[in-house]
Amino acid sequence: MVTRVVILGAGTGGTLTANRLRRRHSSSEMEITVVDQDDRHVYQPGLLFVPFGMTHPADIVRPRARQLHDGVTFVEDLIDRVDLEAGAVHLAGGAVLGYDVLVVATGARLVPEETEGLTGPGWMDKVFTFYTPEGAAALAAALAAFDRGRLVVNVVDMPIKCPVAPLEFCFLADWYFTERGIRDEVQITYATPLDGAFTKRTASEALGGMLEERNIELVPDFNTGEVDGTGGRLVGYDEREVPFDLAVVVPLHGGAEYVGRSPGLGDAVDFVPTDERTLQSTVAPNVFVIGDAATVPTSKAGSVTHFEGETLVANIEHYLAGESLEASFDGHANCFIETGFHKALLIDFNYDTEPGPGHYPGRVGLPLLKESRLNHLGKLLFQSVYWHSLLPGRDLPGVGSAMPTAGKRAV
Amino acid sequence: MTTATFAGTPVDTNDEGFFTDPDQWTEAMAPELARDADIDELTDRHWQVIRFMRQEYFDKGTGPTVRILGKSSGVSVKELYQLFPKAPAKTAARIAGIPKPRGCI
Repeated sequence: MVTRVVILGAGTGGTLTANRLRRRHSSSEMEITVVDQDDRHVYQPGLLFVPFGMTHPADIVRPRARQLHDGVTFVEDLIDRVDLEAGAVHLAGGAVLGYDVLVVATGARLVPEETEGLTGPGWMDKVFTFYTPEGAAALAAALAAFDRGRLVVNVVDMPIKCPVAPLEFCFLADWYFTERGIRDEVQITYATPLDGAFTKRTASEALGGMLEERNIELVPDFNTGEVDGTGGRLVGYDEREVPFDLAVVVPLHGGAEYVGRSPGLGDAVDFVPTDERTLQSTVAPNVFVIGDAATVPTSKAGSVTHFEGETLVANIEHYLAGESLEASFDGHANCFIETGFHKALLIDFNYDTEPGPGHYPGRVGLPLLKESRLNHLGKLLFQSVYWHSLLPGRDLPGVGSAMPTAGKRAV
Repeated sequence: MTTATFAGTPVDTNDEGFFTDPDQWTEAMAPELARDADIDELTDRHWQVIRFMRQEYFDKGTGPTVRILGKSSGVSVKELYQLFPKAPAKTAARIAGIPKPRGCI
């Protein structure tokens, strides 16, 4: 009997899952089909650099199909819905894919239209997002033309992909305007729904201090109710206002649209309820979830998705063999935070451990929670690692899935 | 962990004032918890949210975020901010006797 594995989404999670499974199982044993709505795989960490002219959209996009190993079938079509009871995926083109195991890897979707006024007057004129290649490219032009005034960076609400990205944007903007010699003409403000700079306590204090050093104003506990592009102001639900000349907004996120059209698959915002340790969905035993599409309580980030890969593939195999699953995913996340001036900071944490100081991955390694040139080089180098090691589903030398503790100092 | 007394009954709370055991909560405690959050009177609309919070907690293991409340509780996000000023999900969770919603990571 050939086992049919259908993987929805050919981004980071879908691609590395398909490739890991293909290496471990022959085509006569397992049929692997990957579905995506387009053939553009975006290296999402690269989007941050586009607005500052440090990279271009063309340099961070590659064909999805080319990242998949031989023997993996790629189908380019919109997903209409999943029928959990029948074990089948209905595609918009009419095809129906039956599955023995389904992997949901369709990530998170931006829903700017859910915030009043955000996509109204001023959108892509003085209100932008850098979370899409198009938005990031349009913002690059707007930043180049910006020579004085108020720049506001705003997160509407959590969860968002890469929760450090808006902070990195602030740091890079500070550097960018300093290099242009007009930093004194530009006020930078970071308005966030969190009660500090970041979600985790120790890192939040360190990052908050870095905002202060750079004269970036932090507006915490700000819940954006409306974006008024014409009047140039963010209006909070508590009626506080933050004025801007240029706004960079990270919109609300939800899961993929088909999740909402699939009875019983998703929650109220279309993410799929998932066991945080096994990565099996809680909606059906033969449905597994990897990456941003899942409800697991860790960051929505590529590093998390990579670390999930090992547990996910092992548990798909356990499930198919009728064995009990391993509760081995620890919530490990590892994020480089660009701080400008050719430096970056690194944080490493999991469900139980706060991101603190020390070194990664061991006593000798990259400094944690501390700015360094080495971390910046690590971030740049990572793009090549992503295409050549992470997507093919290889284990990275010296980088295990479980969070290392050897180099960490207790906080 | 600390012990606080509401409606004459001692309960366990964490250092942010959230119940650690939602089963220790009774409806009679809610008005007192609300006054601690500067809400003088609990209306039917408040109660609709409080009951929804507890239901979600017992169904899903975590309280809802304000966005989920806005989509599912029958009370809009705007009204939630009027009913429970500043941080509706956190304040309503405290009054409903459930742990802090773990929406933000």
